[in-house]
Amino acid sequence: MEEVKLVAKRELIIVGGGPAGMAAAISAHENGVKNILLIERDQYLGGILNQCVHTGFGINYFKEILTGPEYADRFIKKVRNIPEIEISLKSIAVSLTAGKTITFLKPGRLETVKAKAVIMATGCREKTREMVHIQGTRPAGIFSAGLAQKLINIEGLLPGKEVVVVGSGDIGLIMARRFILEGAKVKAIIEIQKETRGLLRNMVQCVEDFNVPVYFNHKISRIFGKDRVEKVSVIKVGDNFNEIFGSLFEIQCDTILMSVGLIPENELIEMAGVRMGENKTSVPGIFVCGNSFKIYDIVDAVTEDSMLTGKRAAEYIKNL
Amino acid sequence: MKIYDVAIIGAGVTGTSIARELARYKLDIALLEKEEELAFGVSKSNSGIIHPGTQNPPGSTKGRLCVQGNILIRKISKELNIDFKETGELIVAFNEEEIGELLGLKKEAETLGVPGLKIVDKAWLRQNESNLNTDAVAGLYAPTAGIISPYRLVYGLAENAVTNGVEIFTETKVDNIIYSKPDFEILTSKGLFRSRYVINSAGLFADEISRMLGIDDFKIKPRKGEEFILDKKKENLTHHLIFPLPSKTSKGVLIIKTADGNPMIGPTAEDVEGKEDFSTSDSGLNKVLSYAKRLIPSINDKDIIAYFAGLRPVAGDDFIIRHEDNVPGFINVAGIQSPGLTASPAIALLVCDILKKNGLVFKRKSIFHAHRKKTAHLFQIPFSKAKKLIKKDPSYGDIVCRCEMVSAKEIKDAVAQGAKTMDGVKFRTRAQAGRCHGSFCTTRIMKILAEGRKLPITGITKRGKGSEIVKEDRNHLRGVKF
Repeated sequence: MEEVKLVAKRELIIVGGGPAGMAAAISAHENGVKNILLIERDQYLGGILNQCVHTGFGINYFKEILTGPEYADRFIKKVRNIPEIEISLKSIAVSLTAGKTITFLKPGRLETVKAKAVIMATGCREKTREMVHIQGTRPAGIFSAGLAQKLINIEGLLPGKEVVVVGSGDIGLIMARRFILEGAKVKAIIEIQKETRGLLRNMVQCVEDFNVPVYFNHKISRIFGKDRVEKVSVIKVGDNFNEIFGSLFEIQCDTILMSVGLIPENELIEMAGVRMGENKTSVPGIFVCGNSFKIYDIVDAVTEDSMLTGKRAAEYIKNL
Repeated sequence: MKIYDVAIIGAGVTGTSIARELARYKLDIALLEKEEELAFGVSKSNSGIIHPGTQNPPGSTKGRLCVQGNILIRKISKELNIDFKETGELIVAFNEEEIGELLGLKKEAETLGVPGLKIVDKAWLRQNESNLNTDAVAGLYAPTAGIISPYRLVYGLAENAVTNGVEIFTETKVDNIIYSKPDFEILTSKGLFRSRYVINSAGLFADEISRMLGIDDFKIKPRKGEEFILDKKKENLTHHLIFPLPSKTSKGVLIIKTADGNPMIGPTAEDVEGKEDFSTSDSGLNKVLSYAKRLIPSINDKDIIAYFAGLRPVAGDDFIIRHEDNVPGFINVAGIQSPGLTASPAIALLVCDILKKNGLVFKRKSIFHAHRKKTAHLFQIPFSKAKKLIKKDPSYGDIVCRCEMVSAKEIKDAVAQGAKTMDGVKFRTRAQAGRCHGSFCTTRIMKILAEGRKLPITGITKRGKGSEIVKEDRNHLRGVKF
């Protein structure tokens, strides 16, 4: 890392233009911050909401039932109407320092900017098959539920026709329904825990209403298939996740969706040596909000908490 | 019909090394590969270690070629602009008895000509490898050990071979070879090839190729190795390659530094039946973790971001590199397991010698293009350099793979240089190789591949036919073209 001596050009830099980053930006502005840079790695604001075409967003915050893109759109319009918020799209932060400098890349530019305060709202990523160590082969046809969602909803591509969902996280449940609506067959949801880790409403609306077989206390024992997924073997587990002898069975499928949990994406914070605590980090003036702080079940809560973070950042800047 | 001077079967590191060496001479060379891309066989799961020559029996061919190769690879990697890093290695002893074994290894290696070896004590280990188990009492330090990316080496060799006139045919599986004096007829899935000499560097399938010409005195027995890749955050876990004392069948479970930064732990060594059994197992993971933790106790299974299994093509204890006098013009280069990557440049020279001795006339080309332009990888360079690159070409700033910082420009370059599959892009650029495993960048890479290869999006595969990523393009249903 090259040390750059810089003067603070911005009052506040927000990394991430999803629901958390946008709420923080709006709230910081409402609380008096005048010079905000919002950087977003994708080509549009809204983050992962853009691929969540199902409904259920906004029930708490707007008292309305919205789709993901609709929910995002309300904030995108608001952010875009605030001239004091400069938005930089296709911009990916590659470094954060405890001195509150952010280095980011975008087409044609690499820039290092210093600010009085930084809010990290970089979201989360899905746990992969590798992280839960499923033995077997590594063929095509294994997707994180979120990637499958993007392929279907954004790109118009059908990843597979006979699907097994691993884990009962919300995205997995929602994608089970989505695959069925696309004419694919969802052969099973395999959940190692006793009960679902998703929201009850998703269990009802996505699983029960569509008669998807769910196997609680079961896990995938092995993935088969040389080039493309051909089948999985499934085994029942006991209370300590111990495999129960004699319970092994196989399911033919061409696709496996992984929905086994989310991890806050806070590598930059970690690399800067910044530790995270409740409401603040170990470095005054560096804040974290949204799913990069902790994993939320619903976006409405992300918005509310991130509004608070924006306010705190504004107060910090005011008191400098 | 064109009659080649030399046909090489198998485009792993052995085949491509031989091809590039032969390309210095006025010869017509065909390199045949059954997979969709090069290095997709044994080479892709190589650990990437350039061995110093230790852990080989003194009289062995592989020991001799390893020591030579360790020297030769330095020049080759410079010419091809592929990063080689001399990290040095440590073979670690945990008690007095093992120190005795270290001394034995040192003596054997010195007989082979391995330079710079020294026994280091506990204090040295503390100072130079702070994460090493404090129970380690001594180490054999070999300064000439190093690391290289095995696939980038193969792609560099192949690219340079092509620049110098070698013809490469992929998806070309050899079905039969007939020796019809004075040349060979090679029947493949892409038609007939004729060649005066045939070199068999077919890795796991070298015994099957050899059998086609009646030579069946060796059998390739696959020995599986499972390897586990750690997050790049752990790049500085160790400063050297760390080895335990070797066993009879392998060099043991190692802590490997890689050219890409991610440390790797493994491999296992297990004789298996199938030549296509690349599955990984819970038992393999547990074995590797427990052995790795014995060396570096702080290793945590949460740091594992990827894993894979490779098969070593074992044909007895040593390499088989020989002209088959019963079939004049046929050369077997088989059983090239560890230290095959290190030995590959020396193997290539040896094969040239064998060809010469058996009548092939070597005339140097007036011009041999030894050098290959460097492929820039953002993850390998400081920001100041990245800034210059982005200024020159804006698409270096257009990041596709966020975990490994790979730009659209690098992916387009990889496609232009021959990547045809998602794995091919991954091996060349590291895109999809990081902690999210392609969850975020798969769609973008598919689009770049489809555009560069002029393929429909449904034709994009993970590693060749049958491994298509998506089953259907449904955009026509909504009246849109993908």
